[in-house]
Amino acid sequence: MKKSASKQLSLATTAMDGASTGFAGATNRSAPVLGQPPRMFLGLGRGLLLLGMVLVAAGYSLVYLHQHPGAVAIGFWLSVLLFWAMTWIGINAVAEFETLHKNLQRLIDVLVPLCFGMWILYLWEVITVGFGVPKVLLPAPSDIALRLVSSLDILRKDFYQTFAKAVLSGYIMGCGAGFLTAILADRFDFLRRGLLPLGNLVSALPIIGVAPIMVMWFGFDWQSKAAVVVIMTFFPMLINTVTGLNAVATMERDLMYSYGASYNQTLLKLRLPTALPFLFDALKINSTLAMIGAIVAEFFGTPIVGMGFRISTEVGRMNIDMVWAEIVVAALAGSAFYGITALLERYFTFWHPAQRH
Amino acid sequence: MKTKVQAGGVSQSPVIDIQDLSLVFKTADGPVNALHEISLTVQRGDFVSFIGPSGCGKTTLLRVIADLEQPTGGRIQVNGMSPHEARLARAYGYVFQAAALYPWRTIERNVALPLEIAGIGRDEQRRRVDQFLELVELQDFKKKFPWQLSGGMQQRASIARALCVRPELLLMDEPFGALDEIVRDHLNEQLLKLWLKTNKTIVFVTHSIPEAVFLSKRIVVMSPRPGRVIDIIDTNFPTQRTLDIRETPEFIEIAHRVREGLRSGHD
Repeated sequence: MKKSASKQLSLATTAMDGASTGFAGATNRSAPVLGQPPRMFLGLGRGLLLLGMVLVAAGYSLVYLHQHPGAVAIGFWLSVLLFWAMTWIGINAVAEFETLHKNLQRLIDVLVPLCFGMWILYLWEVITVGFGVPKVLLPAPSDIALRLVSSLDILRKDFYQTFAKAVLSGYIMGCGAGFLTAILADRFDFLRRGLLPLGNLVSALPIIGVAPIMVMWFGFDWQSKAAVVVIMTFFPMLINTVTGLNAVATMERDLMYSYGASYNQTLLKLRLPTALPFLFDALKINSTLAMIGAIVAEFFGTPIVGMGFRISTEVGRMNIDMVWAEIVVAALAGSAFYGITALLERYFTFWHPAQRH
Repeated sequence: MKTKVQAGGVSQSPVIDIQDLSLVFKTADGPVNALHEISLTVQRGDFVSFIGPSGCGKTTLLRVIADLEQPTGGRIQVNGMSPHEARLARAYGYVFQAAALYPWRTIERNVALPLEIAGIGRDEQRRRVDQFLELVELQDFKKKFPWQLSGGMQQRASIARALCVRPELLLMDEPFGALDEIVRDHLNEQLLKLWLKTNKTIVFVTHSIPEAVFLSKRIVVMSPRPGRVIDIIDTNFPTQRTLDIRETPEFIEIAHRVREGLRSGHD
């Protein structure tokens, strides 16, 4: 199943590259593997060399910085400026490189934002350490990394409590209930007319107001946080599913009608597939909403574990590096959650114009 | 094949029998006479075209035959049944203005769609899909997705999809309207061959005079406001014809008569 889908995907791309659909595969194969003039590789090589030099030099500058924290001379800042100029030129050269070779292109597409991110971290480190910024205001990335590594056990427990228990269960229940309600609302018109306007009202409820009530109802543990997540994710899913089910074009609907198709056949073979891109939009929005909901809900009462609990208590104890460590974990988990949903979307809606590469 | 069909008692009756059919759309601006007292019969094996300017009701008439619109007056029978019964009996195949293929299905799965709905077994589905994809010369593209094919190929796939339930009657609503002229000419020739080969009854809506004259045995000229039939023209071209006949005096004469009819209806 999976294999056939990926084959279809590659078929799609070859057909678009080639002039003739029938022989696109053949023309691609006969083309040179790296269809670039050597000049372009020269530019890429120069850029990579420059970036490599900056990497080594910046590494040395960090060692020097940490030996003289808060007391570096003007020469140090001038060299940072020089690294910055070198990075600019280097990234420019790399970003200009374009190739038909897919894996190489993918590598370069990752390399450019990676350099950007590393540069931001470097600046952050140099400025906080170089100027001796108080850790309560902004800890250096190295402080955060140290705290992260030394607190892995706490972070793991917090992550398990907040993400695995509250976020995931709330997300599955909220999205699932939203989807099923949408199907019911589609079948029974009075539900759609009555429920959807209310849905807009409920989705406008402030999470800060709902969270303490959920804690009162469902107790301090993860169940109350999952309840908050359910409330946050239910209505986006409901509204998107209803919209998606009705996004069917007239002609496609007439086609099913002309076949004498039943409600269920039309639903399964036409309307649900049409709604899939809308469903995935809701799943992606909800993946972010669920993280926010669960973390914020923990501010209002929780057992002594959880990411939101840790953030609120460590802020009070001025352990800002621990707060940042939790933020890093939340950011990584949130991105991974979103990324996996987006991958599933690409797999299931490969036929949608937005997914055809 | 033909003699066998005519031997049956029922087959002598017309495939489509329309008497004084009217359809009034209720709109916010008041009632619109989309069809006005139309009477028409289509015999088995006919190729009938509805031609007229936009708004003359030619598509509406086809949709009434297909049970996609409900008439407000008159009588209509399809295969001796009401259009509703005919639709549920899958008596017709319908080809729309666009191919309307589902992009998540491959070409072969698109063609199999009406068979799936009708609950026909997998093996039989596969056999028929192969048979009709071959008929429209798309057998090499059955694993492709619709969006990987040209517009003309997509429309051919939709014709295969309409044919694979083996309907007696094929309803086509400006199926080549969105295609360029070269592709359209080619598909016209192919459609003619397909009609001769399958012996179907075809009702074809178009606004192209040469297309109507080239394809049809009978041309129904319609005019708007209210939508009505103003002329029915029989053609007598040899069955094995090519696009060359468009240069002959007979062709030009019929095309002229169609154009005159369209013009008189426009006053």
